[in-house]
Amino acid sequence: MKDENVIVCRCSDVTLKELKDLIDEGYHTFEEIKRLTRIGMGPCQGKTCGQIVLRELSRATGKPITELDFQTNRPPIVGVKLDLIAEEAKKDD
Amino acid sequence: MTKTADVVIIGAGISGCSIAYNLAKKGVKNVVVIDRSYVSSGSTGRCGAGVRMQWGTETNCKLAKQSIEFYENANEILEYNRDVTFYQGGYLLLATTDKEMDQFKKNVKLQNSLDIPSRMVSIEEAKEIVPHLNTDELLGAAFCQKDGFLDPFLTTDAYYKAAKRLGVEFMTYTEVTGIKREGNKITEVMTNKGSIITGTLVNAAGGYSKNVCEMVGIDLPVYSERHQILVTEPIEHVQGPMVMSFSKNIYCQQNPKGPFIMGRGDDREPRDLRITSSWEFLEEMAKTVTSILPPVGNLRVIRQWAGLYNITPDKQPVYGTAEGLDNFYLAVGFSGHGFMFGPLTGIVIAEMITKSKPTIDVSLLGIDRFEKGNLILEPSVV
Ligand SMILES: Cc1cc2nc3c(=O)[nH]c(=O)nc-3n(C[C@H](O)[C@H](O)[C@H](O)COP(=O)(O)OP(=O)(O)OC[C@H]3O[C@@H](n4cnc5c(N)ncnc54)[C@H](O)[C@@H]3O)c2cc1C
Ligand code: FES
Repeated sequence: MKDENVIVCRCSDVTLKELKDLIDEGYHTFEEIKRLTRIGMGPCQGKTCGQIVLRELSRATGKPITELDFQTNRPPIVGVKLDLIAEEAKKDD
Repeated sequence: MTKTADVVIIGAGISGCSIAYNLAKKGVKNVVVIDRSYVSSGSTGRCGAGVRMQWGTETNCKLAKQSIEFYENANEILEYNRDVTFYQGGYLLLATTDKEMDQFKKNVKLQNSLDIPSRMVSIEEAKEIVPHLNTDELLGAAFCQKDGFLDPFLTTDAYYKAAKRLGVEFMTYTEVTGIKREGNKITEVMTNKGSIITGTLVNAAGGYSKNVCEMVGIDLPVYSERHQILVTEPIEHVQGPMVMSFSKNIYCQQNPKGPFIMGRGDDREPRDLRITSSWEFLEEMAKTVTSILPPVGNLRVIRQWAGLYNITPDKQPVYGTAEGLDNFYLAVGFSGHGFMFGPLTGIVIAEMITKSKPTIDVSLLGIDRFEKGNLILEPSVV
């Protein structure tokens, strides 16, 4: 399959070609690639695509995956509805 | 290892990248931009990236209007191989007090005199523009279709790449650790990767602007404060404009791709450099948004983060040389609206450095205004 037909991040709809192009242009950290493509920022928060990005980065830079930084884990870990948060907050008022 | 430069810029956010691009475009050679991390790693990559022409002072209206007009053509001007994704869905500013109504009417009059296409809208019209708006406390609103938002990372990347093509050198992952001055001149910048002898220095260090000034013994009257923001799961596109209320302390936009992005300020924030996320923010944000835009309450929060506002006593930026140092320029203190002024920040600072005729008179925004007590009273900030 051609790189432009391979989806590496299903949440943010990013192809392998887009990922490889960025790496070729010199973006060699997960944070930069994430911000330029939204890879890893979808509802699954990179649980699916994160490893693929790290693998490609590792191939391009020759560094082992363990030496590459993954993104900062951001709260909340699972999605919570705003209504629920508001209800809870009002109880404390 | 010591190198030399004509201009060194500290900070590779929207300000530093735009200044570098504009200097290079004016033919200045040997420009070096330094950042301790990657491009847009500071406030720029963390911001809402909302842009609006609806301001309350003439200078701000002009800075914002011309910046937005630049953003409309940024892909072409900067010859960008991606898309800065400028979405002009407008800003709907809610008035819930008589004072706000009066202020907005005055602002719209000023804006219209400067060719900004804003207008007052009735409660019914506001409801037409944003059907899910709760109008219970609403008295009226102001609207400008030209306002909107961009992708802050791609926009800064566009400037970064254009600047690089014009020969600007970027030293990322490099930290400025000291600055040498002799009399009224800066002579050298020290970094953890060697020092640079320079003819001119620009402080575009965002939340760290005060720390940079301390390196030359200047006490900048600014402080930094954490501001938080969150994003929800995506849904179909239902909200055209950014909805903003100064008195309710909220801004909330929907990215055309689906997710809602919202933030608010907090008067009780300590003045420091922390950018961790808090549960209190999530609670206050949830309460406010569910009362103003009730159906949004049905959405799940998928991520929250924070960045720094670099705030001056009158919540207006500082442009110009630092007192007593004629080759040290400040582009700091954006007080939460530095992204939308980015294009003009680059233009006005490059004009100052090259001593060319100013596009917009920003002399009122000099650092000396604090000492002289000439504060600018901008009525429209969150
Ligand atoms: C949550 C939030 C929402 C916002 N929403 C908006 C909005 O909707 N619209 C808007 O216009 N603005 C908004 N802002 C404000 C906007 O983000 C800033 O005004 C703008 O990004 C400032 O850009 P800058 O380039 O001046 O600073 P920054 O982007 O902070 O860049 C400064 C850079 O300097 C570097 N640096 C600092 N010290 C050193 C050192 N010693 N050595 C090397 N490098 C150093 C940092 O690493 C950083 O990358 C928001 C801000 C936040 C936090
Ligand atoms: S697959 Fe990339 S964020 Fe979910």
